Amino acid sequence: MSLALIAALPFLGALLPGLMIRAGRNACAIATGAVTLLALILLVREAPAVLRGDIVQTRIDWMPALGLNATFFLDGLGLMFAGLILGIGLLIILYARFYLAKSDPMGQFFTYLLLFQGAMLGIVLSDNILLLLIFWELTSLSSFLLIGYWKHLPEGRQGARMALAVTGGGGLALIAGMLILGNIAGSYDLTAILAQKEAIQTSPLYLPALILILIGAFTKSAQFPFHFWLPHAMAAPTPVSAYLHSATMVKAGIFLMARMWPILSGTYEWFVIVTFTGLATMLIGAKIALYKDDLKALLAYSTVSQLGLITMLLGFGTPEAATVALFHILNHAVFKAALFMTAGIVDHETGTRDLRQLGGLRRLMPVTFAIAAVASLSMAGLPPLNGFLSKEMMLEEAAHIIWPNPWLIGALATFGALLSVGYAFRFLAHGFLGPMRDDYLHKPHDPGFGLWAAPALLAVLVVAVGVWPNQMVGWILDPAATATSGRGIYTNISHWHGLSAPALWMSLAAFGGGFVLLGAYPRLRTVWDATPRPDAKLIFDGIVEPLADAARQVTVGLHNGTFSRSLVVAVLLVGVLSLMAFLTGAPHAPGTRPSIPANPVMLGLWLILVLAALATPLVHRNRLVALILTGVVGLLIAPLFAYFSAPDLALTQLSVEVVTLLLMLLALNFLPKETPVESRLPRKLRDAALAGFAGLGIGGLAYAMMTRAPAFDPISAFHWAQSKPGAGGTNAVNTIIVDFRGYDTFGEIIVLGIAALVIYALTEALLRTPAVTARLAAQPRVRESGDRHPAMLVVATRLLLPMAMMVGTYIYLRGHNLPGGGFVAGLVFAIAYLMQYMASGYDWSHARQRYDHHVLIGCGVLVAALAGVGAWAFGLPFLTSGYTYVHLEPLEEFELATAAIFDLGVFLCVLGAVLLALASLSRLALRTGERPNATAHDLEVPR
Amino acid sequence: MEALLASAIGLLTAVGIYLMLRLRTFPVILGLTFLSYAVNLFLFVSGRLAVDAAPIVGTTDTPADPLPQALVLTAIVISFGMTAVIMIMAIAGHLQAGHDRIDLDDRDGA
Repeated sequence: MSLALIAALPFLGALLPGLMIRAGRNACAIATGAVTLLALILLVREAPAVLRGDIVQTRIDWMPALGLNATFFLDGLGLMFAGLILGIGLLIILYARFYLAKSDPMGQFFTYLLLFQGAMLGIVLSDNILLLLIFWELTSLSSFLLIGYWKHLPEGRQGARMALAVTGGGGLALIAGMLILGNIAGSYDLTAILAQKEAIQTSPLYLPALILILIGAFTKSAQFPFHFWLPHAMAAPTPVSAYLHSATMVKAGIFLMARMWPILSGTYEWFVIVTFTGLATMLIGAKIALYKDDLKALLAYSTVSQLGLITMLLGFGTPEAATVALFHILNHAVFKAALFMTAGIVDHETGTRDLRQLGGLRRLMPVTFAIAAVASLSMAGLPPLNGFLSKEMMLEEAAHIIWPNPWLIGALATFGALLSVGYAFRFLAHGFLGPMRDDYLHKPHDPGFGLWAAPALLAVLVVAVGVWPNQMVGWILDPAATATSGRGIYTNISHWHGLSAPALWMSLAAFGGGFVLLGAYPRLRTVWDATPRPDAKLIFDGIVEPLADAARQVTVGLHNGTFSRSLVVAVLLVGVLSLMAFLTGAPHAPGTRPSIPANPVMLGLWLILVLAALATPLVHRNRLVALILTGVVGLLIAPLFAYFSAPDLALTQLSVEVVTLLLMLLALNFLPKETPVESRLPRKLRDAALAGFAGLGIGGLAYAMMTRAPAFDPISAFHWAQSKPGAGGTNAVNTIIVDFRGYDTFGEIIVLGIAALVIYALTEALLRTPAVTARLAAQPRVRESGDRHPAMLVVATRLLLPMAMMVGTYIYLRGHNLPGGGFVAGLVFAIAYLMQYMASGYDWSHARQRYDHHVLIGCGVLVAALAGVGAWAFGLPFLTSGYTYVHLEPLEEFELATAAIFDLGVFLCVLGAVLLALASLSRLALRTGERPNATAHDLEVPR
Repeated sequence: MEALLASAIGLLTAVGIYLMLRLRTFPVILGLTFLSYAVNLFLFVSGRLAVDAAPIVGTTDTPADPLPQALVLTAIVISFGMTAVIMIMAIAGHLQAGHDRIDLDDRDGA
């Protein structure tokens, strides 16, 4: 459980910053830090076992049949990365607390940051590769939010979009590659896949899987030719750059290559693709970094270059080179995060990141200078700093690669190191050394402790690791390297390898060349500025823009905001697909199920229904007539239900139809009474043809279905058999509603309640809009009858009220055994009440209502819920019903079922919802200038 | 009787779609009502037709399928809720915009 908790903690904690920001920025940062710290503590608790060489596993089976399980495991490699993510994460949170301006929404920032942190942890802890893929995509999504955090900056939005497109696209390739891999191995568990090197490397699908996985890793880790997104992502706030773009996210691709190293590496294909991609990235990144003036752009390209270096080392395919790669991951994370933070400080204090406008900061910002000096000299590879150790080891490994010839890789690696010396020196020399400038807007000075504490700590680490490498990182490097290469590795990092080591001479050459480069910089710069270069952003836009345009064209072609056009497209599409299925399907004779002979009464009803339905579109412009015709059709459906053995449906249809008609009549008060002529004949014909086509299809389908026996036995045989013994009722329809599918019904009454509340809320909003109330008051008054509340109607509805209630109660009580139940009873009650409203007006009736309609809805849902929860008291699942027979003198023995309580909830909810919907409409009517009536039946003098 | 019911379902569908293709809110809502009738009937007949076989235990041994009936019963009530919601939306649209056209862009509605 513990591992899953580590990965879940940041996600759970992501809720905190948004809440804590109300308590202030410090509370917000502390809450975020506490979440990270807690995850780190949980991780450290697992560390001793991992350092002993064990693998810690957590397994939560979800869908074992599909290989979908939430499985996590922690080995040396995972521990190193998880520690890096959480450790640097803590420092970033501290730094960000002081970096973000007051106007920046800090809660949002830390929420995004924690989401990202959780996704990263998920990647390094996942055992199941499908789970890993999900976390992989989550890092792309959360980094999108972080890069675009300053929403007002166009560069931020464009950079975020580009990063998402590139890394997300790579993620798609990775999904394909991982699925192939899982198929070859026959398992989606990493631990199982990692044991199958032979099977995977001999598979004919090895190369496609390798290429797809590498595309995923290369896009994420900004390898050539996908490197261009990283510099554009620098529009993010600096803490994001320091966290995502130096220490963690861009290392995800590297992590993946290290993770897959035991099964994918060692082949010719792996060596060529990975080594040369890494090498090319290292050289190109370093060369561009040298000529960048923006501090963060320089660092971004230097990151690209350093990532290339690590990739190249992994490509070599030897355990020693892989170990060096891991060591450099640690070192690079430490010095590059520190460098980004100092760049942020410089930006913060001077207002610019342009090296051409900086210089001489050494005296103005001594603390920042010290940190920057340590970190950038480490990046250059100066002894005894940590960057020196791993870079020298890298050169040593490169010198031993003899393919394609004994010196090429070594020479190119040395040249890369030379360039990195150049850009590292330039960062330091052009930013901090040189004469002090006095053209800064404000005189820059060192920031407060909060801002420089985190980079200072990292700088201390740079020195400490450099001086005592084995003591500082040996304990974590060995298990990580062992996990990567699959055999026990015990490193002994030393500073001096003797004069015969080629790395020494390569290092010296790099330093010498680096100094020359710095000296000749102005002249080189002139040449660089004069050479034309491809702009990655233009190329990217050139590819993406036409694609986006094409997508837009399709979307607009189908949905331009015109409802009728979308409907035509939808009907046509469904129709054409159905037609294709029809034409290519089996022969289309009607089925052989014996049909029911026609009944003359039913024939008559059918005829009226058909005539009414046909007349509706012909006369639909007169809305009142169309509405009445619709009502006729609806009411005629009730006897159809009754005849075909569905008395419950007949009752429901009848009562709902009455309520619907009342609602529509009320609504028509506020709408035009006529529909103007808008469509010309061709359009009408087109619509009629389309509608006829759809009707023909549906009718034919219904006929084909009705004349055949079901292809599978209906499951309702169970409901029928269990209705009495299981649910205690003889009405199978009702027992299904309140018992077998009670959960379903519970959801439905909630939906109905919500619908009524939506209507209420909309009405409220309308009544508060001055323009609306003005328009209501100006509604043309229909000539009213002189007798708005006729005495006959008033008296009749008063008399009917108790009778209707009695009928409703009867229908409710008998529902479990005979046609009826809560739905119908609620509707009958509602109609009885509505008649009072109609007879005596809204005000008079509403004043006499003791309970609000909202309360009825709420009570209904609560009662139904309690009936369901009651089952828990007996140790049964939610909504299990029970029943018993009660005999009370002088009554006959009757049945008492918990389902009846549930049905009571249904009844209350339906009653409340119907009344609330209609009452809301009535309230609108009061604003049309209708005079409220004081007595039950007051006469209005005709005007 | 099957043919009668099938034709009624087809007709209700056609009328529903035709009315929904009109350009004002009220006919569209009527069309939706028609379509609800058709859909409810269609679901109902998926249990196949039976006469004098109401699914009440003790009154028959060969009952009509109770499951589609139960589903359609709740569907009828829910479609009332849906009609009521779009009705108030139509009213709100009319009161706020001053017209009851449904299309944002009805250039092709000539």
